[in-house]
Amino acid sequence: MDITVNILLTIATAATPLLIAAMGELVVERSGVLNLGVEGMMIMGAVGGFGAAYYTGSPWIGVIAAIALGAIFSMLFAVMTLTLATNQVATGLSLTILGLGLSGMMGTSFVGLPGERLPNLDIPGLTSIPVVGRLLFGQDPIFYISIVLVVAVMWFLFRTRSGLTLRSIGDSHGSAHALGIKVIRYRYLAVLFGGACAGLAGGHLSLVYTPQWVENMSAGRGWIALALVVFASWRPWRVLAGAYIFGAIWIGQLHVQAIDLNDFAGAPRIVYGLMEFIKSFPPQFLSSLPYLATIVVLVLISRNKRLTMMNTPASLGQAFVPDR
Amino acid sequence: MKKLLIALMTTTAAMSMAVSAQAQEKLKACWVYVGPIGDFGYSYQHDQGRLEVVKELGDKVDTAYLENVAEGPDADRAFERLAREGCKIIFGTSFGFMDSEVKVAKRFPDIKFEHATGYKTGDNLGIYNARFYEGRYVIGQIAAKESKTGVAGYIVSFPIPEVVMGINAFMLGAQSVNPDFKAKIVWVNSWFDPGKEADAAKALFDQGADVIVQHTDSTAPLQVAQERGFHGFGQASDMIKFAPKAQYTAIVDNWGHYYVERVKAVLDGTWKPDNVWLGIKDDAVHMAEFANMSDETKAMAEATEKKIAGGWNPFTGPIAKQDGSEWLKDGEVADDATLLGMNFYVKGVDDKLPQ
Repeated sequence: MDITVNILLTIATAATPLLIAAMGELVVERSGVLNLGVEGMMIMGAVGGFGAAYYTGSPWIGVIAAIALGAIFSMLFAVMTLTLATNQVATGLSLTILGLGLSGMMGTSFVGLPGERLPNLDIPGLTSIPVVGRLLFGQDPIFYISIVLVVAVMWFLFRTRSGLTLRSIGDSHGSAHALGIKVIRYRYLAVLFGGACAGLAGGHLSLVYTPQWVENMSAGRGWIALALVVFASWRPWRVLAGAYIFGAIWIGQLHVQAIDLNDFAGAPRIVYGLMEFIKSFPPQFLSSLPYLATIVVLVLISRNKRLTMMNTPASLGQAFVPDR
Repeated sequence: MKKLLIALMTTTAAMSMAVSAQAQEKLKACWVYVGPIGDFGYSYQHDQGRLEVVKELGDKVDTAYLENVAEGPDADRAFERLAREGCKIIFGTSFGFMDSEVKVAKRFPDIKFEHATGYKTGDNLGIYNARFYEGRYVIGQIAAKESKTGVAGYIVSFPIPEVVMGINAFMLGAQSVNPDFKAKIVWVNSWFDPGKEADAAKALFDQGADVIVQHTDSTAPLQVAQERGFHGFGQASDMIKFAPKAQYTAIVDNWGHYYVERVKAVLDGTWKPDNVWLGIKDDAVHMAEFANMSDETKAMAEATEKKIAGGWNPFTGPIAKQDGSEWLKDGEVADDATLLGMNFYVKGVDDKLPQ
């Protein structure tokens, strides 16, 4: 039982940064803006979070700094694409490249320093409940933030007037503008939110997942988050499902590799056979499995074409220049 | 227009004069790294070597480096650029730079080139490498002696000879202490992904390992060991700061002596292309301070380190291959060519080598 709980906890840690970054990007894309700079904003959050926690000794200030740095960095993208109407794809890509380089430069003096880890939640009496205690009441604070974030984004997008406005801008910025909606202002706020989320996801990396700073430590997680949003056809709960499927297979394949078949000698034939079958694949294939499986599952649940079309922001990636 | 041209020509002349004047004063030594120097691993350690050159020979030598250079055409350009910028000796530090360096070395016969971990040499191209497997034999012994569960977790990147050699040396060391010792091997298909390395470490600890070994570059596995109250070994750098209670020792890449020596040779005019495979005895493979272990284990590790420094090779027979067939007869020592191309496991490794 202990090992199951441990595995579930590990999966949650692996899925949390993906989920948070993807939630932010989902709101951005719902407003019709494609920001490919997630990886760059994430790594800026990671270096900012580590640095602030290091200088102040408080990982919570690190979390705030990570959010702030991600948000500030996203403003660079917003000014370029929204005010100056540059190409969103090119600007987003350069934001990623800039972020990876800039963070490396900012973090030169942090290399080789152990970081401050954000402590796990510990509620006396609750955390010590067997099995569910650690799962429900003993995880890192950012995990709880990520769950609240999903609910909040769902509520905002589909239950509030502003959410409706945001979605309408994403579908047709021209019509929204004609109705007198401040398209650019909404988009600025959406990009800012996306940047804050990416920053927080980066902070999770350098303050919880692996409390340290090293160049390029996001290792492509921003890109996975971006892909999740698209394959989840811009639905929050599907992003949640996608992030956790990815995390589960990501962790699961590591466990499968570590399994000793001899330990299963006494197990039922079918279990042994299954283990033997999975273990017969080369590890390179197992490593690609999280990507493959997540795509397959999300494509399957998004196979209703009409519904998917409805959820796709129609003016995604198009620059908007208001005419008078 | 004419004025502008003249102005341009004078500036260029002045600039080239400045460059040559500088070159007369100081020798320029240059490095090309495959990763960022901020990786606190492989490239970081090469840069520490460069810094030692600055410290030792700073009054006579200027240094420069290019980091994050991708293997392939980018590397061609990197070497070419450094050669044109007046570097007199250039160190390429990744296996994948081999062909680029061979190509550029031919074009610049007056410049000395050195390539780490490769096998192609030339009139002005030497190669150098370090026997990290010697360190892996030592940590294998420590792991087997200190482990209570008799199981180690081993996180690996890619199935190249360097890595396979490491696994084999580790297992031979472990078996010399506990013949039934087991290692659970997990391939993460990356040299550097702190998150994934941490996840792999967690999975291995969950499955009963109580000591973690890595052939990946980040400090994440050791941090997990520290958090969970288990142990592990540092890779490339001394990582004790990240895991003061968990690190037994670390296999440190220590290139400083070699770089100083080679740059000095260029200064003296005695540089010749060389083919060296350094080890514990040259302190190129350096064992970080033994910590968090019993005195008995420490004494054993120190004795083994001494024995290897004295010239003993961990790959000395009798050694059987994984399938039980004989590889080395009693007393037979593996030759370097076999080690550098190693593509099989020794007996007792519980894993199928990915091809």
